[in-house]
Amino acid sequence: MSDKPKVAFYWCSSCGGCEEAVVDLAEGILDVVAAVDIVFWPVALDFKKADVEAMEDGAILAAFINGAIRTSEQEEMAHLLRRKAKVLVAFGSCAHQGGIPALANLWDREAIFETAYQTTPSTVNPDRVRPMRALPHNGDMVTLPGFYDTVRALDQVTTVDYYIPGCAPTPNIIAGAVQALLSGDLPPAGTVLAPDKAQCEDCPRLETKPQDLSLERFYRPFEILVDEEKCLLAQGLLCMGSATRAGCGHLCINGNMPCTGCFGPTSRVRDHGGKYLSALASILDALDEDAIEKALDTIPDPIGTFYRYGLAGSLLRRRKMTPVA
Amino acid sequence: MPEPTEKMKGSGADGWQPKIVAFFCNWCTYLAADLAGTSRMKYAPNTRVIRVMCSGRVDPQFIMEAFAKGADGVLIGGCHFGDCHYQAGNHKALRRFRLLQRVLIGLGIEKERIRLEWISAAEADKLRTVIDDMVAQVKALGPLTLEVPSEGFVELPDLEEVTA
Repeated sequence: MSDKPKVAFYWCSSCGGCEEAVVDLAEGILDVVAAVDIVFWPVALDFKKADVEAMEDGAILAAFINGAIRTSEQEEMAHLLRRKAKVLVAFGSCAHQGGIPALANLWDREAIFETAYQTTPSTVNPDRVRPMRALPHNGDMVTLPGFYDTVRALDQVTTVDYYIPGCAPTPNIIAGAVQALLSGDLPPAGTVLAPDKAQCEDCPRLETKPQDLSLERFYRPFEILVDEEKCLLAQGLLCMGSATRAGCGHLCINGNMPCTGCFGPTSRVRDHGGKYLSALASILDALDEDAIEKALDTIPDPIGTFYRYGLAGSLLRRRKMTPVA
Repeated sequence: MPEPTEKMKGSGADGWQPKIVAFFCNWCTYLAADLAGTSRMKYAPNTRVIRVMCSGRVDPQFIMEAFAKGADGVLIGGCHFGDCHYQAGNHKALRRFRLLQRVLIGLGIEKERIRLEWISAAEADKLRTVIDDMVAQVKALGPLTLEVPSEGFVELPDLEEVTA
């Protein structure tokens, strides 16, 4: 094997969009492949877990893990790659803050299994069969990974050196991060490898954002004809740009859709949803209880809106567990 | 706030006492607490008071952090409408509070555990009633347990022995 730096990619609880994002580097990926050896990438290359286990600790320069941690197998792989890699990178919203899968933290394993294996209309399961950890079958043992009650961000199971945000990370963010890794010119560990400022700061619609924004109610995109020039928040849409880290190139806003917050908060904010909620409530033009309740009714799913990509990484992390009797 | 110890958490033992983090506005409720003290009023000792310049200064992150670090309840005290030293801080506080309450209820935190009250500098008596009432309500609910338990599974080789 050559002495080029080694990198590994792995996916945990995610949709596959982050793998797609790597391929989205297009011909840029040829530069990456010229500079590094990819030693592990289950979605594209035929290396096995045993190949990784056989490497010396720290033999990999950087391991990129996308997806949240929701099963025992994913946690095991996170620990293995942590041991083998000098630098562990949380790649994409799910590894960074829990992502969409972390919305499952509003329920627990029992409730999820009950829906998925019992109550969905297309399911017929009179014996109430559930996934089992192990089952003897024709003299063999058939096994499955354990399924956790709580979805975790990568840094909630092991130490993470850098974060590449986004659902999915955009090619310029990935290219910048890879370049920083290869040049060795790296910021302090724990840094999110994207600009540390809010979306609004370089938003193409910034000039149309009023100095004193004041709204009587909010709208969902289908309820209004969205102006293509004007600040989306000023139109009453729940655009999270004011509380969200910049660097994506305003893809959603350029598509005339509000920012949903996939880049997570800036370094000064601990709880993305809490901070955005605070900003929203302060621009609401409602003084008494009735007007406030009426206005807040126009946000039908506050948790799903404010914590769409960050419930696992938020201060409270999940819905309170029901105590086991 | 110090890290909660096992003793502080109480785990429902008879001696358990709720911990209430209270954010009091400098211009009204904090003075009401002062007045209650100088008037030698007796009320439940369960609140840990943090003085802020305005109820509008209470960031929802403060409240969530208090819960995450072991508070069983959070009380915010501000000026009556029309009395805000900064004109509209208490109106903002009310809007944040109502929106945050919706989120917290969705996360399984009972609405009695978070309370916003307007208490002027002269209303030491109201302060006493509010604190006693809230402590009683939170006591009835019991401790708020928010820790996310670590989830280990039996290693597969051991599992084979178990099911063999």
